[in-house]
Amino acid sequence: MSETEINPTISKSTGLPRKRFYRARAHSNPLSDSHFPVPISPSQVDYSLHYPQLFPSSGQADSSKKIQFADVGCGFGGLLISLSTLFPETLMIGMELRDKVTEYVKERISSLRIANPGHYQNVSVVRTNSMKYIPNYFEKGQLSKMFFLFPDPHFKEKNHRRRVISPFLLDEYAYVLEDGGIIYTITDVEELGDWMKSCLENHPMFEALTEKELEADPVVKLLSSATEEGQKVARNGGQTFQAVFRRIVPTNQAS
Amino acid sequence: MESEPKKETEVAPALIAVHPDQSSVAVAVAVGPHLRVFDLAAGSAASLIDDSDAVPFHKDNIRAVRFAANGKLFVSAGDDKTVKVWSTQSWRCITTVSSEKRVTAVAISNDGTFVCFADKFGLVWVVDLDPPLLDKKPAPLLSHYCSIITSLEFSPDGRFILSADRDFKIRVTNFPNKPLNGAHQIQSFCLGHTEFVSCLAFVKSSQECPQGLLVSGSGDSTVRLWDITSGALLDTCEVAIKAGLLESNGKAEEHGHAVTDLWTVRDGLLVAVAIQSLHGIVLLNCNVSSQTLSVAKVVSVAGEAFVPTCLGSSSSTGNLWMVTGVSSLPGSNNPSLARVRVISGIDGKQESVVLEDESIPGGKKLLETLQGTASVDDNAFLAAAEAVKAAMYNLLIKKQYPSENREYRKKSRNDRKLKS
Repeated sequence: MSETEINPTISKSTGLPRKRFYRARAHSNPLSDSHFPVPISPSQVDYSLHYPQLFPSSGQADSSKKIQFADVGCGFGGLLISLSTLFPETLMIGMELRDKVTEYVKERISSLRIANPGHYQNVSVVRTNSMKYIPNYFEKGQLSKMFFLFPDPHFKEKNHRRRVISPFLLDEYAYVLEDGGIIYTITDVEELGDWMKSCLENHPMFEALTEKELEADPVVKLLSSATEEGQKVARNGGQTFQAVFRRIVPTNQAS
Repeated sequence: MESEPKKETEVAPALIAVHPDQSSVAVAVAVGPHLRVFDLAAGSAASLIDDSDAVPFHKDNIRAVRFAANGKLFVSAGDDKTVKVWSTQSWRCITTVSSEKRVTAVAISNDGTFVCFADKFGLVWVVDLDPPLLDKKPAPLLSHYCSIITSLEFSPDGRFILSADRDFKIRVTNFPNKPLNGAHQIQSFCLGHTEFVSCLAFVKSSQECPQGLLVSGSGDSTVRLWDITSGALLDTCEVAIKAGLLESNGKAEEHGHAVTDLWTVRDGLLVAVAIQSLHGIVLLNCNVSSQTLSVAKVVSVAGEAFVPTCLGSSSSTGNLWMVTGVSSLPGSNNPSLARVRVISGIDGKQESVVLEDESIPGGKKLLETLQGTASVDDNAFLAAAEAVKAAMYNLLIKKQYPSENREYRKKSRNDRKLKS
């Protein structure tokens, strides 16, 4: 018997990793010290590790192509997988703090790559604390889309500073987003939805997308349907609250 | 045993600030909660006046002191969660700002209208000094997520505020016209240090480079040169190795050669560097056109185990002021130790010489004021050097838990299921 056949964490029928073997806590403290390697600067991010088929040799093989989508707190990676086929030419990465969940997404991507040769080569995942290390991964204006889907609500006021959308962290997101880049947020917690919306509304470098623009954007539909959390909310007949904003150049804000 | 490390963190290194004016009208030394100022023009100690008549003016260790670029203001702040702004003419405290957390760094905008300070949460606050009121409310300016800020600095042209943290980051942020609404536009991140960044200084602007170049010192024993507009690393100088303190291959003692302070002289063409185990300073040449750093020489202090904890100088007197010392030295009768030394001829016009006590500007009187005593017991130096090292260590280095410990904790987690 070969190794894979007895490995119970891989489903026999689909070849994909089974989620129940990658259960993790729903919450992780983003304030605690990190014990994983972090690239010193964006130029040190090894693309050949993440996208081996597109970047066969390590080092700066093709500096023209860079990661453009970041799914912050990607969870089990549902959105990434959907985006991967929708934007096959775009490099995208999921960032997740929980190591077991990251392992699952890694397995999921590699299984998909084996099952569908030539596909899913543009998607990867990294275990990191995006609240601390976003500037270590992306250069100024590198990203065109950022996703914050069903983030931890951190209800207690004492813990509000752990929220992934906060006035000060938006400064850093505005830094890595290109002019016109879009930030997508969605949650099933009304209080958090209001918070994320007001944070974005009050920030001088973001403006809301109009109804028409939301309608025309194919990605908006994925927010609630593609992720595992979104499907769970839909199953239970819950409500979702989304806020989609565009990165703009502030008007006479800075000198 | 448990209380021991706690105590060490409360040891604060001595700080020095020199008035930027040519005539060097005042030198201030802070050791522990004590703030001592010597007026060089008058040749006597300046008496500080604070209307809240609290003595000492700070209730806990002072962590940051600095003169404004125009010399009109002086700011002191620290663990007592207050920021005091002093007029350097009258040495009266014109504003006391309360902080929610302990203060780790301060900066004054080049025109002297805004005081910025960083707290233990990694938040930077800004206070508008116009109009000057006794009690001012600070507004949040920017934040480093969950990392203590070690140094704040304005760029020479005043367009940017720079913040360095104990992770490894240096952030360059546009300083807006209305800073009370926050500074949201990040210009760049200067990334390259592998340990905490302890100090920042500017090589003043020139024709080729109107922003000026940035130099930074770090726990990784290097001094690095940066272009702040792009965040590009221009040069790295491994000062500890170059100064012969460290073998290039072996690491004798971790963090033993951290760069503790930097000061630029001659508009930054020379950079004075204090290293944690060096009895003296290293002088670096900064070549602006080739954008490189190189070691010019090592100036040693003979006769004493003098490891400077803080450096300062005025724009062009050619004197570099150094202080070493700590507050509440463990196991000593002296409540605190401060020792001031001066290197003259730093501007390169003459040979650099470490001045004897008699020939220091202000003489014995200055030393009595700033040190608290004219002569310092030799034994105190070694104890002080050790205490400073421990204090720095606790302040800047994150606790490392061995991987076995973390693995053990993971094993005992009840959510962990089969994984083979």
